Amino acid sequence: MFVNRILQILSVIRVSLGSLPERTGTALVATIGFAAVVLVFTGMLSIREGFEKVVQQNGSPDVAMAMRGGSTAELNSGVSLEASRIIGQEANVFHDDRGPVVSPEVLLVVDAPRRTTLSDSNVPFRGVTDRGFVIHDKVRIVEGRMYEEGKGEVIVGRQAAAQFAGLDVGRELRWSGFSWKVVGVFAANGGLEESEIWTDARTLQTAFDRGTYFQSVYIKLTGADTFQSFKDSVTTNPQLNVTVQRYDEYLHAQTEFLSAFVAIAGGVIALLMGLGAVFGAINAMYAAVSSRALEIATLRALGFGRLPVLISVMAEAMVLGIAGGVLGGIVAWIAFDGFQTSTLNWASFSQVAFQFAVTPSLLVQGTALALLLGLFGGLLPAVRAARLPIAEALRGH
Amino acid sequence: MNDSNAVTAETLVRASGITKTYRRGGESINVLSGLMLDVPRGDFLALMGPSGSGKSTLLNLIGGIDRATSGSIEFAGRRLEDMNESELARWRARHVGFIFQMHHLLPMLTAQDNVELPLLLTGFPGAERRRRAAAALKLVGLADRVKHKPAELSGGQEQRVGVARAIVTDPDILLCDEPTGDLDRKAGDAILDLLQALNGEHGKTIVMVTHDPHAAVRAKRTLYFDQGVLVTQAAM
Repeated sequence: MFVNRILQILSVIRVSLGSLPERTGTALVATIGFAAVVLVFTGMLSIREGFEKVVQQNGSPDVAMAMRGGSTAELNSGVSLEASRIIGQEANVFHDDRGPVVSPEVLLVVDAPRRTTLSDSNVPFRGVTDRGFVIHDKVRIVEGRMYEEGKGEVIVGRQAAAQFAGLDVGRELRWSGFSWKVVGVFAANGGLEESEIWTDARTLQTAFDRGTYFQSVYIKLTGADTFQSFKDSVTTNPQLNVTVQRYDEYLHAQTEFLSAFVAIAGGVIALLMGLGAVFGAINAMYAAVSSRALEIATLRALGFGRLPVLISVMAEAMVLGIAGGVLGGIVAWIAFDGFQTSTLNWASFSQVAFQFAVTPSLLVQGTALALLLGLFGGLLPAVRAARLPIAEALRGH
Repeated sequence: MNDSNAVTAETLVRASGITKTYRRGGESINVLSGLMLDVPRGDFLALMGPSGSGKSTLLNLIGGIDRATSGSIEFAGRRLEDMNESELARWRARHVGFIFQMHHLLPMLTAQDNVELPLLLTGFPGAERRRRAAAALKLVGLADRVKHKPAELSGGQEQRVGVARAIVTDPDILLCDEPTGDLDRKAGDAILDLLQALNGEHGKTIVMVTHDPHAAVRAKRTLYFDQGVLVTQAAM
């Protein structure tokens, strides 16, 4: 009996979908409405996906990061050379054949013109010691060569080189009265470092009059599980006034503002457009029910119940929703995926270059959203179809 | 006009005091007024009368696709007004075959699929459904048109598919609303031949609404309507 009921429902759905070509116009309007919502929804969230991917790419749970107590970002932090040495002597710090893997780093921002608008933007300029390359182990020179310490040479992340004018290998730039020569371009597995300019810490400290102060200290731990005891030890050491967190958690916190902003903005826009799409779908499905009135009445006269009719209209709306979702997803993927841009990282007040990322998960979410909109759009027309007066509909009223 | 107050074994349909009123723009229109009618099992009844006289409304009430404003319709002793929508739908699937003037075939389905449609409501397995649909199409002379869609058939062939669809579940009664109204004389005669055969050879009870006296003479008796009441009855 159950199988029979399913068969009835499937048959009515088949009839409903089979008559879709006769209603191409209204079906197309509804589908495009759903597609537009998914396009905007997916497009907005692909910003978040791309941004998070870049920022969180190279985070590692066995790397800790120390900043001045109370600091939430490197730019408003300051850690002395002495403090960085004390941190290096702590237990649970990983040692290689050259000693503790600890990287005190300088970070400041410099101006560079965007290639597209030529307007100046803040670009992070990081000074590292040679230990920094053990911590940031994804960094690889992809063009030119590594800088030589003390010579005012810099290497440039490939995203920064792509986004900002004048960061090509061989070019010379002036910041803080010093001349800097670009000698290489580096990649870092698509991570945040690729939006930065790097040189040796000592030269940067001298050029920008930073004395022996650093902004942060990166520490490779003996394991991810030793973080808490390392943190407890460092933060209770009376010689130190630092805050300690896992590097991956720090990076995650860096994305929170933009992620929340994009999610809320995308959500509000998608909601407003979604409402429009639902009303569009309601109209389209009312038109479909109206044009199918005779067919529905015939099925009802033959003995089909209200439920199969109701489900068939809902199914049609959901099919249009899925079609719109897939269409919107494809257009979003073509239009946005890999689109190169940069935005202000509110945590560091500097530009982060990233690519929009239309991920499979986003496409699934977009299609699910369209399916939901189709469900809402089909509900009232489906009820009307199920309650259609059979005799009147057969007379063509 | 019923012959007795008791529903006899021979009475398939009994309409008692049927009134049907429509409201149009605040105005009440009486389509049927206190109608009394018995349809014996095996009858072939033609309903005639001018447009708006209530004959199609009566057909719809007997078929359970509309409800009377007052009065009662019994089908084999069972009151239709006591059934809810789901029960009525199941009852229609089991007991009633409709033949419409415009046949109302579903254009996206083949003749076979159209005829098979009511069988989905019966619980027959797929092979049996296909066998019965093919047999019904053979009975109406369309064994060679099973894979054709309605658009690929002539008007007369479409109506024959409509007849096959109506009889495929072996219903107790066939309700025909102007079955030849959209056909030329030759095709119409073929449909009437079929209906006569279904009544005469297979014992099907048939109620047929028609404007065409040529069609009405094929019935066993004819009832004439005017303004919602039966005015005359003629036996053929």
